[in-house]
Amino acid sequence: MGWIHDVLAAKGVFAALIRAVLWAVPILLLLIPAIWFERRLLAWMQDRRGPNRVGPFGLLQPIADITKLLFKEEVIPDGVDRFTYVLAPVLALMPPIILGAGIPFGAYGVYKLLTPVSDLSVGVLYVLGISSIGVYGLVLAGYSGNNKYSLMGGLRASAQLISYELAMGMSLACIVLATGSLNFTSIVRSQEQPLWGISSLSWLQNWNVFTPFGFLAAIVFVVCMFAETNRPPFDLPEAENELIAGYHTEYSSAKFVSFLMGEYFAMLVYGTVFATVFLGGYNLLPFNWDTVEAHVPALGGLCHFMAWISNNLAPLWLIGKVAATLFAYIWVRATLPRLRYDQLMNLGWRTLLPLAVADLVLVAIWVLAVSTYGAGWGMVIAVVLMLVGLVVYVNIVSVGRRKSDPLASRSVTMVSIAPERVVIPEPAEVQPSGAG
Amino acid sequence: MNPNLFAFSVVAILSVLSALGVVFFKNAVRSALSLVATFALLSVLYLTLDAQLLAWTQLVVYAGAIMVLFLFVIMVLNLSKQPALIERRDPKLMLATLLGFGFAGIIGVQVVTPLLPPSEIVKDPVLAPNGFGQPQAIGMALFTDYGYPFEAISVLLLVGIVGSILLAKRRLR
Repeated sequence: MGWIHDVLAAKGVFAALIRAVLWAVPILLLLIPAIWFERRLLAWMQDRRGPNRVGPFGLLQPIADITKLLFKEEVIPDGVDRFTYVLAPVLALMPPIILGAGIPFGAYGVYKLLTPVSDLSVGVLYVLGISSIGVYGLVLAGYSGNNKYSLMGGLRASAQLISYELAMGMSLACIVLATGSLNFTSIVRSQEQPLWGISSLSWLQNWNVFTPFGFLAAIVFVVCMFAETNRPPFDLPEAENELIAGYHTEYSSAKFVSFLMGEYFAMLVYGTVFATVFLGGYNLLPFNWDTVEAHVPALGGLCHFMAWISNNLAPLWLIGKVAATLFAYIWVRATLPRLRYDQLMNLGWRTLLPLAVADLVLVAIWVLAVSTYGAGWGMVIAVVLMLVGLVVYVNIVSVGRRKSDPLASRSVTMVSIAPERVVIPEPAEVQPSGAG
Repeated sequence: MNPNLFAFSVVAILSVLSALGVVFFKNAVRSALSLVATFALLSVLYLTLDAQLLAWTQLVVYAGAIMVLFLFVIMVLNLSKQPALIERRDPKLMLATLLGFGFAGIIGVQVVTPLLPPSEIVKDPVLAPNGFGQPQAIGMALFTDYGYPFEAISVLLLVGIVGSILLAKRRLR
């Protein structure tokens, strides 16, 4: 095993290539289970069987799907803008794959050498930058098709992705402020610290989603993540009942597949970013096993075992968290109807962005309070401030709701399945008009 | 050819070419795209100078946000290829050409002079000190030494935003 260390420890092009392949190939391979997972899970949620003919449980269905799409006739319509038409699928496919270059999937033993592809000091900014390049795939596809439906899809995509990228950046900024670093490796390492910075809770890990401000930022991030990947309920750019197929109306065969694959890669990689920033990265459970062992020596054997699998099978736990995120994607898709355009803009600009900015202020106050009063009181102050903010916010929203028109608010009214007895009001007796 | 000079000139020439493309493409979308390419190549130049934060901020802000809005506007306006409206013998054109070439000359001299043969930079480039261009260093500089200009700019931007809302929202109550 020594030579592997020697090869990888060298900071050469070769080692970097190996790390890049070790990142890209699993993402490419995860596409297949991801498509299967989505189709079967969606079928289950919609009370139907889903694909179950190709392979056991329909496991080979994704391969059949992609093969079918790839062998379709490739049509390039006459009126398209050739250069951008060819460029767009590439721009839709590549950014999601390279998005995760700064993400570590393990930190102990050999993983220290294998991951991340590049330990960027500005990892969070890198994610935002690359994801903003991904917008061009959709926008250019919409433009180059020379079709009004695809143009409208492209317009919607550009407006939607810009709006939600802002809120996503702010929610990541909260974590960056709390952690004090833009680097994913140190963000994960800071989540292995004692919970809330309180030393008596040192057997628990400080996953960002467990802190009050981190929880708020996680909610904002998840919503923005759905919007950035164009998943339902944010699939306005490809709303099939309004825009045929939106921005990829004019695409067929391999170019269409690259849009499809780009969407799945984006789902997977954004899920990885979410797991890394908020869910403790590659750690299996939010426990510091050596501290647990110190507290409860009787559990020593279990702790050794858990620490061992947590460290040595680290990529598996990251994939598990990504799968959980994927489940959320599909669950939301099966549950929520598509947003209207004004609802989309309202949610992005008037709910998520102010929420994220308020959260940033909260984190700043928390950082200050911790440095002044210590970790325990800092957390108390943060929680109290958050509750006060919540009360104020709810009041502001309820005032706003009363004034605005009822269509603007998004709500679902549940209707009882059992038909109620319909009471037909007796017609009022007709008064004889006049005495004739 | 010196490898340092070679690397710099490849990126620099490409970025100048794409910048020229912004002006010379007849199609507005092509122009916008070559502006995106210019921004991307500039951020590559920043990366070669070890300014990672600047490079990625450039990409996020300009390529990611501003240019997408430009494209949005271009697509909404649906610009068609129009014959260029240029008056012949327009004194403004003369003046603009003169000023443009003058400005290009000033910048060109700044860039090219240090790279000419008896140059120390090309042979033995000075490596950036440790921590240069890192977020910590830039943050410290922005909020301590340059705190006042930083806040002044933020107020200026706020005024700009409020002003543009005022202009866009004619119907004031």
